[in-house]
Amino acid sequence: MSAPVTRRPSRPSSDDEGFKRELVRLIPHLRAFARTLCGDPTAADDLAQDAMMKAWDARASFQMGTNMKAWTFMILRNQFYSEKRRSWRQTQLDQEAAERTLVAVDDPEAPVALDELRLGLAMLPAEQREALILVGAGGFAYEEAAEICNCAVGTVKSRVSRARRALHAVLEDGSYDRDGASAGDAMRAILADAERLSTVR
Amino acid sequence: MALDEARLRQQAIGVRLRQMFDDVVNEDVPDEFLDILRRADSRTGESG
Repeated sequence: MSAPVTRRPSRPSSDDEGFKRELVRLIPHLRAFARTLCGDPTAADDLAQDAMMKAWDARASFQMGTNMKAWTFMILRNQFYSEKRRSWRQTQLDQEAAERTLVAVDDPEAPVALDELRLGLAMLPAEQREALILVGAGGFAYEEAAEICNCAVGTVKSRVSRARRALHAVLEDGSYDRDGASAGDAMRAILADAERLSTVR
Repeated sequence: MALDEARLRQQAIGVRLRQMFDDVVNEDVPDEFLDILRRADSRTGESG
């Protein structure tokens, strides 16, 4: 047997075991949320790993029975913004990463509309984007999203509704505007699709 | 009616938004994540 001998806790706590099981179950969701914040998949996984470790280290302060998904999302979000503050160049890098991601969809057969959606999301202000993602994709109630974003419930509601309207307008323009810049954006997504299909076989 | 159409479009956006998020949720979790957690776990054992 070549399996390394790992040192085990002398007294594994059943609380720790339960916490860990839940945390493992949440990893895919943390990765997805991180991806929407970072854009770049590698940076997103780094962020998700940091958040996972922060949650593990802070497990004593988690109240069992409360919403652990919301709690870990809050940790991840705080981590993201504190890293951002530390590096003034981050905003620019995020922008570049987001633009790369827009043309680097994993699934070569992904519909163009999904590219347009990514593009539309990238154009939203960060606080609107995260509110819409949490409520519209993450399955959180407005109250939970407010807790995660550390703001009032009414603020989340208005951010989500503004985000929905803006996204709708962007996608609409992309499809119907014949002479504007947004028509060019939609065209860029279509071209990116064609390019991707020609390089993947 | 225009209002109904707007609602339909909003629903379509919602579906795609969830699809985009779920695509990542459904990806295989890289081994790194569990490795890191396992290492943290043994560290806990040393200190406690």
